Amino acid sequence: MLASLGLSSTASLYAHLPGEALLGRELAIEPGWSEYEIVDWFRARGEANTHFKASFLGAGVYAHYRPVLVDTVVSRGEFLTSYTPYQAEIAQGTLTTIFEFQTMVCQLTGMDVANASMYDGSTAVPEAALMAMRITGRDHVLVARSVHPEYRQVLATNARNQEMTVDEFGYGPASGLVDLAGLEAKLSAKTAAVIVQSPNFFGCVEQVRALAELAHKHGALLVVCFAEAVSLGLLRPPSEADIVCGELQSFAISPSFGGPFAGVMACKEKYLRQMPGRLVGQTVDANGNRAFCLTLSTREQHIRRERATSNICTNQALVALMATVFMTVYGKEGLRELALQNLSKARYLGGKLRRRFTGAYFNEVAATPAKGTVAEANAKLAARGILGGLDLGRFYPELSGNMLLCATEMNKREQMDIVAEVMGA
Amino acid sequence: MAYPENLRYTKEHEWVLVEGDTGTIGITDHAQSELGDIVYVDLPSAGTKIAQGASLGSVESVKAVSDIFAPVTGEVTAVNEALTSNPEKLNQEPHGGGWLVKVKLGAPDELSKLMSAAEYQAYIGG
Amino acid sequence: MIRKTRLHLVQNEGLLFEESSPGKKAYQLPGLDVPAVDPAAVLDGQAREEIEGFPEVSEVEAIRHFTRLSTYNFAIDLGMYPLGSCTMKYNPRVNEAVARTEGLAWAHPYAPVEHVQGCLEVIHRLEANLAEITGMDAVTLQPAAGAHGEWTGIMLVRALLESRGNPRKKILVPDSAHGTNPATAAMCGYSVANIPSNAKGMVDVAALAAAVDEDTAAMMVTNPNTLGVFEEQIHEVARLLHAKGALLYMDGANMNALVGLSRPGDFGVDVMHLNLHKTFSTPHGGGGPGAGPVAVKKHLEPFLPTPRVIRGKEGFEVVENLPQSIGKVRAFHGNFGVLVRALAYIMAHGGAGLRRATADAILNANYIRKHLAGHYELHTEAPSMHECVFSDDKQSPQGVRTGDIAKRLIDYGFHPYTVSFPLIVHGALMIEPTETESKQELDLFIDAMKSIAREVEEDPQLVKSAPHRTRTPRVDEVLAARKPILRWRP
Repeated sequence: MLASLGLSSTASLYAHLPGEALLGRELAIEPGWSEYEIVDWFRARGEANTHFKASFLGAGVYAHYRPVLVDTVVSRGEFLTSYTPYQAEIAQGTLTTIFEFQTMVCQLTGMDVANASMYDGSTAVPEAALMAMRITGRDHVLVARSVHPEYRQVLATNARNQEMTVDEFGYGPASGLVDLAGLEAKLSAKTAAVIVQSPNFFGCVEQVRALAELAHKHGALLVVCFAEAVSLGLLRPPSEADIVCGELQSFAISPSFGGPFAGVMACKEKYLRQMPGRLVGQTVDANGNRAFCLTLSTREQHIRRERATSNICTNQALVALMATVFMTVYGKEGLRELALQNLSKARYLGGKLRRRFTGAYFNEVAATPAKGTVAEANAKLAARGILGGLDLGRFYPELSGNMLLCATEMNKREQMDIVAEVMGA
Repeated sequence: MAYPENLRYTKEHEWVLVEGDTGTIGITDHAQSELGDIVYVDLPSAGTKIAQGASLGSVESVKAVSDIFAPVTGEVTAVNEALTSNPEKLNQEPHGGGWLVKVKLGAPDELSKLMSAAEYQAYIGG
Repeated sequence: MIRKTRLHLVQNEGLLFEESSPGKKAYQLPGLDVPAVDPAAVLDGQAREEIEGFPEVSEVEAIRHFTRLSTYNFAIDLGMYPLGSCTMKYNPRVNEAVARTEGLAWAHPYAPVEHVQGCLEVIHRLEANLAEITGMDAVTLQPAAGAHGEWTGIMLVRALLESRGNPRKKILVPDSAHGTNPATAAMCGYSVANIPSNAKGMVDVAALAAAVDEDTAAMMVTNPNTLGVFEEQIHEVARLLHAKGALLYMDGANMNALVGLSRPGDFGVDVMHLNLHKTFSTPHGGGGPGAGPVAVKKHLEPFLPTPRVIRGKEGFEVVENLPQSIGKVRAFHGNFGVLVRALAYIMAHGGAGLRRATADAILNANYIRKHLAGHYELHTEAPSMHECVFSDDKQSPQGVRTGDIAKRLIDYGFHPYTVSFPLIVHGALMIEPTETESKQELDLFIDAMKSIAREVEEDPQLVKSAPHRTRTPRVDEVLAARKPILRWRP
């Protein structure tokens, strides 16, 4: 090949680079390893992490069983190694699955339209806030303190350089639910959005309808976010919200130390033009058959550039496909049964603990150890091969001494009994 | 397509038809042809004040967005709702049924800055 | 002649919702070992009815559904994907295997640090490798994708300038830039000023000198630029910016041309992002996930997002409290699973292997350039790095445009090149083969492109109405946008 270019060495291919830009040495990275050495190194790193027999840690990242079909499908090279489906004629596979994904997200959330995915739940929240600002022409965002603390931190980072003011409102110290009076006191004619999470960070189920009424009374939009998607199998969809965003990690996406996950963004039809991210639409091909393509792209950065709704480009397509396969495998009956198992297990566990809040809960519960600290309780659990809960004091100083525990279909009764014993109910 | 004599034209390819103190605004046949199939039109609501030369909205094809610049100053009195469900009207009848907004003229003397049909045709031909 | 493809049978497949029958299921759950509760009784009025329209299929129907759909896709595993600036290289399967290592895939980000030392070591090692590759001082792996990395990088610029007393007002962007660059600048509260390219497709240094002032926060440069040309005056660009107190941001989309050869940190870049799903072989997955690490020089390090991973006396530690940090840009530790794959890629290559991959990528692009010049109009005589850009000037007189040629390429068994980008080239064909294509595949591609050039002369309509051999012929994108149908309804 070099000869056909009239060159004698590969070095002549980049001889035109200014000398001072060339690295005059080899990169200081070990010589290449064989496949076995690589697999072995990562296996050893996996073993350097503690292996637990059971985990009660949730807080935005949940341990749910991953049906085998999920990896079978996403390992197909036709999905795994394809590009963003701009060339519709040779991307109908990806486009069809995204259309199905958008449909299922709408069915779950009670919204009219959903996009093809966001990076994750934490980045979907600020995108929803910005969207609400564009719709209302207002710049004040009210976010519940019971929204995932890291989601709120990402929102705060976004607010740094946008014309966005973020203010927080609290939760009832007994119920763990949004403090409606506290929210009402902060609502004003400047409020673009009220952002709540349900189930909230403490696992409690919010009253979406009442929150929507309150937000709408002041001309603000209600953004409902979720971190535990399995709850949607059993909980009323937040149809009264204007925008729903959230995290699909629970749908067969490995915890994987926090990513890659898949974010959701869905809204009422009338706000469609302000939604960020890719959308797949139905159309016809030249033979008149149903076909799908990316559509309404004029909202996006590659066309509108500095006036785009967002700079998002790459999203989480393959991870969204995992969630799509998960929703297909469980289906109408299975998602409900799965959610019911989670609820039943959490109620069993919660019934044996000193619960911190009175609000109805789904599969997470805040509880207080009878004696000792959260760290001590977790150390006792770790000694018995169990990963305990989150110390709420990490994010809520006023809740220090309390632990957030999660129960899913993967937690067995005898493990919950050990937790109850250690927590000393 | 012919460029009607009774319209006044801008360099940004909008037109205005003046009847009394009302101006009807649209984009030219040349503009719609350059844009290709128009899929969406974003227009101001009635009551919005617009200023000559400033953006009053946008038209979109599948892969492009173009601002519409107001040919005259005034206040929007009517919006062509038909374009919401049938944006293709802009391609089909740019100088008639594809009108965008009607405005109550705010500064009639601005009209002298606009081109006649003959001037516009020379402008796009050149 | 079409040598690479022939037609074969493809199965039709409806949507999941149409294939569903009441009561069918593809799941099994273990028996419940605790008492079942009545949701209506315990959910405070928040229990839902059934999920209307949700799928109901059997396991075999589910797998056939997705397998049939998969056969409608083109993919790297099927052939070359010459998308310029997208670096669609082979995705090694060992990367997929190690990302599924149980101890890593099931690690919880909130597990106490002593329980996740393995994950933290992966992060620490990858950061060190990327710092060495870019010649920068510190790296954050938090951003989830390239655009997210850009946003993080410009936020860092802003934080540094604020700490000096003035965040400044504008970001300079070459007219050849990716759309994400101006979109990012706007999201960070900056106005955008476009800088024209010169005849060689490089930043016009005189225009830059005239534009850069005390209001300039940074310039975002892609190097090599979107024409595949190395910015030979990059040192001068950096000098002009730094003299006015502005910073040089590099979009690392085209880093596949530089790894092991040239380091942005050595040619004046202050901050840059990488696309692990381009340069470092993590699969594109039909649009994601990616990862967009940001590498910075020392003066920007205090502002990096949290958390940061450091090596302490008793192992790796996670640092959350950094007073000057811009804060969190994403929850947890970024797209960790993507980071694992990228590290495996770097390990497989080693320092010398990475350099060789870069040289091969440049060789492949120049091989294509050499053999297609004469058949297609080369946009610039400036030397190509990892991609080359032609225009459709030779074909447009026959009424055939770059988009038509791209669609015809599909019939020949290739994914189209990047169409109509960069915007500064009228009717652009932007071709990036990557190092993972063999000479045989490149020759087939070259033959296909030459054959299409002949078809344009002999039968332009054949090209204009392509593709002809796909399951789905041209799709009506106008109808999709005029009458949006974004979900299935019964």
